[in-house]
Amino acid sequence: MIRFILARLVKAVVILLAILIFNFLLIHAAPGDPAAVMAGEAGATDEKFIADLRARFGLDQPFGVQLWLYVKSTVQLDLGFSYRQNMPVIDLIWDRLPATLLLTLTAFVIALVLGVTAGVLAASKQGTWWDSIISSMALLFYATPLFWVALMASLLFSVVLGWLPGYGYETIGANYTGFERALDIGKHLILPATTLGLFFMAVYMRMTRASMLEMSRLDFVKTARAKGLKNRVIQRRHVLRNALLPVITLAGLQAGQIVGGAVLTETVFAWPGIGRLLFEAISQRDYSVMLGVFFVSAAMVLLFNLITDVLYVLVDPRIRLT
Amino acid sequence: MSLLEIENLAIALPAGADRQLAVENISFGLSKGEILCIVGESGSGKSMSANAVMGLLPEGVEPAGGHIRFHGREILHLTEDERIDIRGKSISMIFQEPLSALNPLMRVGAQICEVFEAHGLLTPAERMARAVELLEEVGLPDPDKTIRAYPFQLSGGQRQRVMIAMALALEPEILIADEPTTALDVTTQAQILALIEELRRKHEMAVIFITHDFGVVADIADRVIVMQTGQIVEQGSAEDVLLRPSHPYTKSLIAAIPGMKDKPDTGQTHSQQSPVILSVKNLNKTFSTGGGLFKPARVVHAVNDMTFDLHLGETIGIVGESGSGKSTAGRCIIRLIDPDSGTVRLSDVDLTALNGHALRMARSKAQMIFQDPYSSLNPRARIGRILTEGPIAHGVPRAQALDRARELLSLVGLDPSAVDRFPHEFSGGQRQRIGIARALALDPDVIIADEAVSALDVSIQAQVLDLLADLKARLNLSMLFVTHDLRVAAQICDRIMVMRRGQVVEMGPSAQVLGQPAHDYTRSLLDAIPGRHHEAAMRQSVASY
Repeated sequence: MIRFILARLVKAVVILLAILIFNFLLIHAAPGDPAAVMAGEAGATDEKFIADLRARFGLDQPFGVQLWLYVKSTVQLDLGFSYRQNMPVIDLIWDRLPATLLLTLTAFVIALVLGVTAGVLAASKQGTWWDSIISSMALLFYATPLFWVALMASLLFSVVLGWLPGYGYETIGANYTGFERALDIGKHLILPATTLGLFFMAVYMRMTRASMLEMSRLDFVKTARAKGLKNRVIQRRHVLRNALLPVITLAGLQAGQIVGGAVLTETVFAWPGIGRLLFEAISQRDYSVMLGVFFVSAAMVLLFNLITDVLYVLVDPRIRLT
Repeated sequence: MSLLEIENLAIALPAGADRQLAVENISFGLSKGEILCIVGESGSGKSMSANAVMGLLPEGVEPAGGHIRFHGREILHLTEDERIDIRGKSISMIFQEPLSALNPLMRVGAQICEVFEAHGLLTPAERMARAVELLEEVGLPDPDKTIRAYPFQLSGGQRQRVMIAMALALEPEILIADEPTTALDVTTQAQILALIEELRRKHEMAVIFITHDFGVVADIADRVIVMQTGQIVEQGSAEDVLLRPSHPYTKSLIAAIPGMKDKPDTGQTHSQQSPVILSVKNLNKTFSTGGGLFKPARVVHAVNDMTFDLHLGETIGIVGESGSGKSTAGRCIIRLIDPDSGTVRLSDVDLTALNGHALRMARSKAQMIFQDPYSSLNPRARIGRILTEGPIAHGVPRAQALDRARELLSLVGLDPSAVDRFPHEFSGGQRQRIGIARALALDPDVIIADEAVSALDVSIQAQVLDLLADLKARLNLSMLFVTHDLRVAAQICDRIMVMRRGQVVEMGPSAQVLGQPAHDYTRSLLDAIPGRHHEAAMRQSVASY
């Protein structure tokens, strides 16, 4: 088990390094010279100033050296300096990371709990109007663009009904502390987390439903019935446990998309996470922040994948013991 | 009064099935302590009647009339809640596939304890203690340790014992066994049959035993019911049905059992004088596998120093139980897996020395017929494409290949128009004929048949074996026939090679190996064949048929 986790960790580090290099290449392939942009915005366009800027940021060095310097400093968790925000990138990210983790994890839990519950319900009522309603709802949330659902949810629950705050992380200027502050953040969290969660809920629902139906046809379910077990117990202990295995695999694969979806949700709801940070950095051509966010979100996705792998192993003895 | 009475039972199939009723006019009784065998081929409805007793009919299949009475009480139309009381407690059931009949994520102990839990009996600690006792009773080694094992850590026979332990937990009055030994090796089957027999005596339990194997029937049945397409065609005491069958279908089933002494004692000398077509020398293959609960990681010598010559026109049977290495040997010879060492010469070409294109060309001279006629044909390809793909890949023009495909279809007893149809339009036996035609399409020097008739019903099996024997004589085929069934090997093979744990323990002419086995293991395999001691009498009974 420990050997398994170590092996996965080593793999994750290698992948992370590859992503790092790839991101760097990607930024370099993009058109536009950051030094020229900076000089332009500073109101100076003469060659000397631009050359000075290049030298100052190491942009005059050969490509290989730039890459090496970048990888070396990233490994030391020095993600560079954002001249836009006048702060080290790592500090910017540390500031925003908790908000993103809170949002994505809540959305993930909502997606998983709602999706699996709806899937179990749809499977147990297979072919009835319950099944049709649940399946169509799930499809609707999946097919509708995330940002549009976000905008509409904000409009309905915040502007029209006034039930929930429609933007931000907490009430500015209220200076709540302790439990009151948690409650306030919780209220702000409901809309973005639910919007993001509903989108992914659909996928888990379909998978759980299909997998439950497939498992109910297997021989061991018949054995369980032949024992005289109640249907409820059979569904929970025999069908659901086996049906969850593919759902776990899927959840691991989807982790990356949830982090991606957070960029949209955070932007619409003005949620101060790294998704919004990335959005701002892109519009301002703040390359070092972009690279930093890419790096951290890649690391997050790898971490989620590692967690699902470990979870899978814990659930399935056939992998744990061989 | 009988313990269980079934009267005029009819079960309806869902609309669109090949017939309206799965079974009709089913009437029989079962007394305390009696073993009743229901025999029939696939689709005869033998499992349906038993499943109806448990209320475990597949979805869409409903009882359409009749009565099932248990202790005089009607149980056919009970609600699910009322049934729960009977299931596992008064009537319990074991199934064919011990591999899939247990929940893969639960320890076997927990699965046995569930039976008590389902009926609200005993405390958790007492349940565990009973489970250990039960495992001991069904003869599992080291019950204290086995109780903590997951199903995948046990062998097929051990899993079936766990199933039996589970079924016996509440000392039911009736045990329904639905083909419980079909998926097991012959020696394991003999042990499980002996166990069921012993438990029946000890607990005075009545047993409904569903099987397609008349050998098994001969060994354990008190009474026999023979079913054909949903009807009971004959029923009576075991002796009456087996020795004095009155219905032609029963007679044909008994006649179709491959017999040990079927093969005339000729042919070996003839074929062994012909030239060698396949020569295997010192073939070795080892696998490393992860450890189970009882053993550390281990290395398995699947094929150990195998050496033999196959002559033109000869058939050699490779016989052994699961895990003996017989299939691995077949696959190594045709290089579907790479052997560790040794040489395989196929008409002067050393297959083990080839790679890539050269190997693919040479391999066309050795073709395989597989066990499962359902999964071995591409369901989305027409028969024409299945039969011509190989030749076309080797440069035969399409039109010519298609003509040859039609010829081959008539050769294996199918209509040439089959080239335009899809595999699902054919029955299992017909599909296996298509599989044989496919193997012949490349004009191979050698055919390797891997359990080619094991998945077929006994009467279909007899037809396919006849076809193979006929083709062998007409085309002078050379064949390696891999099988676990000694009776099948006896029918078609000139020589037999018995394998055990990768070793060839005995090899010789069929009549000699089966008649005067030199090795203890061969003798134990022969002894384990069900119904062996009744075979002569049964054969006699249908001799005039």
